[in-house]
Amino acid sequence: MSFEGLPIGTAAKKRSFREKLYFPEILRGLGVTIRHLLHNILHTADMPTMQYPEEKRVYSDRFRGRHRLMKREDGSPRCVACQMCSTACPADCIDIVAAEHPDPSIEKYPATFDIDLLRCVYCGLCEEACPCDAIRMDTGIYEIAADKRSSFLVDKEFLLNNTTDGTL
Amino acid sequence: MTIVYEALAKIGFMFALIMGMVVVLIWMERKGAAYIQDRTGPNRAAILGVRLAGLVHPVADVFKLLFKEDVTPTNRHRALYNLAPWLVMTVALSTYAVIPFGDFLTVAGRRIPLVVADLDVGMLYILAVASLGTYGVVLAGWAANNKFTFLGGLRATAQMISYEINMGLALLGLMLVFGSLRVTDITAGQGALLWGFIPMWGVVVQPLGFLLFITTVYAETNRNPFDLPEGESEIVAGYHLEYSSMKFALFFMAEYAHMVIGAALISTLYFGGYQVPWLPRPALESHAGLLLTGTLIFTLVMSLLIAFAFLRRASRERGKFQDARDREPGLGAGLWLIIGLAAAAGLTRQPWAVGSAGAEVFASLAQVGVFLFKLVFFAWLFIWVRWTLPRFRYDQLMNLGWKVMLPFGVANLLVTALVMAVV
Repeated sequence: MSFEGLPIGTAAKKRSFREKLYFPEILRGLGVTIRHLLHNILHTADMPTMQYPEEKRVYSDRFRGRHRLMKREDGSPRCVACQMCSTACPADCIDIVAAEHPDPSIEKYPATFDIDLLRCVYCGLCEEACPCDAIRMDTGIYEIAADKRSSFLVDKEFLLNNTTDGTL
Repeated sequence: MTIVYEALAKIGFMFALIMGMVVVLIWMERKGAAYIQDRTGPNRAAILGVRLAGLVHPVADVFKLLFKEDVTPTNRHRALYNLAPWLVMTVALSTYAVIPFGDFLTVAGRRIPLVVADLDVGMLYILAVASLGTYGVVLAGWAANNKFTFLGGLRATAQMISYEINMGLALLGLMLVFGSLRVTDITAGQGALLWGFIPMWGVVVQPLGFLLFITTVYAETNRNPFDLPEGESEIVAGYHLEYSSMKFALFFMAEYAHMVIGAALISTLYFGGYQVPWLPRPALESHAGLLLTGTLIFTLVMSLLIAFAFLRRASRERGKFQDARDREPGLGAGLWLIIGLAAAAGLTRQPWAVGSAGAEVFASLAQVGVFLFKLVFFAWLFIWVRWTLPRFRYDQLMNLGWKVMLPFGVANLLVTALVMAVV
């Protein structure tokens, strides 16, 4: 590999007399910082900082939050335990145990449907893979906090009744 | 005995001033840095919902540091390790002894000079104590038995040696102009007018000396752009790496106490100290009534404006937090209204016809107030510069000290001596 013709390093910029004096440039710099300071003191409302627990950012409807399982009209899970989502999952965080459905027109249903939220990378491939729109990530929940690891392993019941607040 | 009580009172005042300034400076540093960088800064710690724009945070920090575990390295030099933070703090506090914070105050017929120790070799004392401050840093670096703290101590030593020479040279020029080593003489000399209209401040008669001095003061206090004894990316925290809890807090407070000294030295030696420009002591006393009335009217107007601003905020932010913090604007408005009322009450007592005893006290207080104003401004300048300039590389620091500042310092001294000999 040849570096010919490419500038090697950066040559020191030739400084003017004014810059060599150093103090005028320091004063110029001080002017820049004091302008920011005064502007921010006089216009506190313009500050880009958000006071987080009190103010929250509004995310797009397409934001992928915590998962939820959709229900049929009779309240049973829409999922048919086809394993498409757990196959698609790059983080391998979905664990489904299939069981035979009492209704002969439906082949299977998930006996358990566990998601390890600590492993999930929120990529949305599970909802892309689902053939019957049973898993969705449209809750908009991003405040996922708990006291212990086991709380992050959420089951079918939890996912079917996913709340909108951040509690696990 | 009275002289002992006087001295104790003055020491107490200075101690309270420095400790109060340390708290205020930590707040100014955090809040000022935040606003300069378009951030909000500390605004969470509160006492009963009153946050004082983040001023409660230093208090919370003190409590945190008091209750923290004091982790110490096993292979330390026990005595020196424990001595170093105290040495740093003691030295930081003792420079104030020679700095006058006012001219004099007459109490019960006694004329009390407002300086703790009016040494005739005050300038030498300042230089001597300033160099002692390095010992704490070097001892802390060596006694902790850690490579990084040792490097920090080494850097501090080399930096101090290089910049103390320049500080001495800069001060020599000032001593030549005012013809005295006594700090009170130098401050008194700055009350005169040059050619009848310019206050004869050190910065006017020694402009180059001032630039050299302020640079060396920044280097001596280890503040940006000369904060090389600490360097997160190079030597971790530097010399105080192995200190925790209150011992670390002492180093931290000493840095801010050094800043207060630096600001006090700059304002005393180069900006007239307690001298009010164009208003020497006799003028202050003879115009006391007018000045007092003006001060009260100014306080009244300002406090009403601030109270109004608080009230506007109270109506705009009603129920913003839904907790004790919502009371804050109302309390602020109340406090400033009380201050305004006090000023108004003062105005009804005919301050323009103040007696001669009152005039003397007013003059003394005005001078102390002017000194404090200059002190706070130059302390703020430290913070302002820190958040403006990038830091030096070590070789650049040495080049600046030995190849630039030293020749300029010598030239400044020679020119000053020539001018003094001719005039």
